[in-house]
Amino acid sequence: MSVNVNRYKCGYCGACVGVCPVGALELVETWIEVDNTCTSCGVCAKICPVGALVVIK
Amino acid sequence: MKSKYDVVVVGAGPGGSITAKTCAEAGLDVLLIEKRQEIGDPVRCAEGVAKEALISHIQPDKRWIAAEVKGSKIIAPDGTQIKMSEEDSGGKAGYTLERKVFDRALAQQAAMAGAEVMVKTRATGLLRNNGFITGINAMYMGETNEIKADIVIGADGIESKVGRWGGIDTSLKLEDIDTCAQFLVSNIEAGEYSKFFIGKKYTPGGYVWIFPKGPHTANVGLGILGSKCGNIRPITLLENFMKTYLPQGKIIEIVVGGVPVGGPIKQTVADGLILVGDAARQSDPLTGGGIINAMDAGKIAAEVCIKAKEKGDYSVRTLNEYEDRWRATIGTQLSKSLKVKNLLVKLSDEQLNQLAHSLVEIDTSKMPLPKVLPILFKKNPKLLWELRTLFI
Repeated sequence: MSVNVNRYKCGYCGACVGVCPVGALELVETWIEVDNTCTSCGVCAKICPVGALVVIK
Repeated sequence: MKSKYDVVVVGAGPGGSITAKTCAEAGLDVLLIEKRQEIGDPVRCAEGVAKEALISHIQPDKRWIAAEVKGSKIIAPDGTQIKMSEEDSGGKAGYTLERKVFDRALAQQAAMAGAEVMVKTRATGLLRNNGFITGINAMYMGETNEIKADIVIGADGIESKVGRWGGIDTSLKLEDIDTCAQFLVSNIEAGEYSKFFIGKKYTPGGYVWIFPKGPHTANVGLGILGSKCGNIRPITLLENFMKTYLPQGKIIEIVVGGVPVGGPIKQTVADGLILVGDAARQSDPLTGGGIINAMDAGKIAAEVCIKAKEKGDYSVRTLNEYEDRWRATIGTQLSKSLKVKNLLVKLSDEQLNQLAHSLVEIDTSKMPLPKVLPILFKKNPKLLWELRTLFI
């Protein structure tokens, strides 16, 4: 379970990191890292200002 | 870099830099780290700020003031305009900042006061000893080092990890965040006022802003409350707004970001740890403004750090003074704003028009928002009954 980050869309703002309930995301300068604690809950994808995140079930 | 500091500040935004500067001025050993290689860039902010509040922290400098504004105009869905927050003298009441320069100036002040600064340096975890937070792991140029500190300041913004690592749940629920997009737009008449367009006609559970950055440029942006956004993207809504209202506008920068709007969180200190600014979710739920709150909180945090250092006690017993002081000031305002926001997002566009119409015959131009709200309540008690505890 994870999320896909479209790096060509992502504005590296970190909003997704702030809403992740398990702290699976990290903003490193210009990209988002997803670790293996991601539960595919999809909150990050819902609030992404540009729609760069897609949940993988 | 030393292996031990009195205070390590994670994040060189306004909150972090004020904390670092104030601690350094008192002679504390301070390290300020910023994960980006450039402080202040990319911007994630609408850059509007009240003049008076800002001046209490820093002498204004034209290098980081993009424009001065007379006051605010609130625009109801039917176009009714309410002027607010002008200065008595007719002078300028607010600034639109150039955050790229402003944030650097603040970090520079911290540096000049004696703080060490490291950029491109990212906190990757906390050090602990006997339940106390005693420093951070920090990565610089691909290498991770342990940096010990008596107190760690988490000023790491919306994406804060420091609080979570310290056992404080700072995760935002959908109703606690505004998801935002902004364009720096050129080729327009920016006007002399900061404009706020309210109503579902423009955006659900947020507002559209136009903050002048010069005669012909402005930050044009909007926020959507996370719980109201469904499949709508702020960037799409903003593109549509531009087509309808500013078709001649040319976009010269894109800014995106999230703003905490959930009001005060339960805990912002732990043994050896203090959270400041957006990391402590101290931005205003109604306006989304966070710069001044972060700077105020940073000042308080630093004063508490200085006391803790004198006492040699870095436990919550001493650090709780921060908790008490920010809640009594910033916190009270956040709670009020949250109540008002929670009501406003429930109102229909017709009801918002009604509120605006009730103010048409009153000169609100010199009043700040906290003065206008009780008048609104008096004129619309039924509609705003939920807010009675704030005004009666």
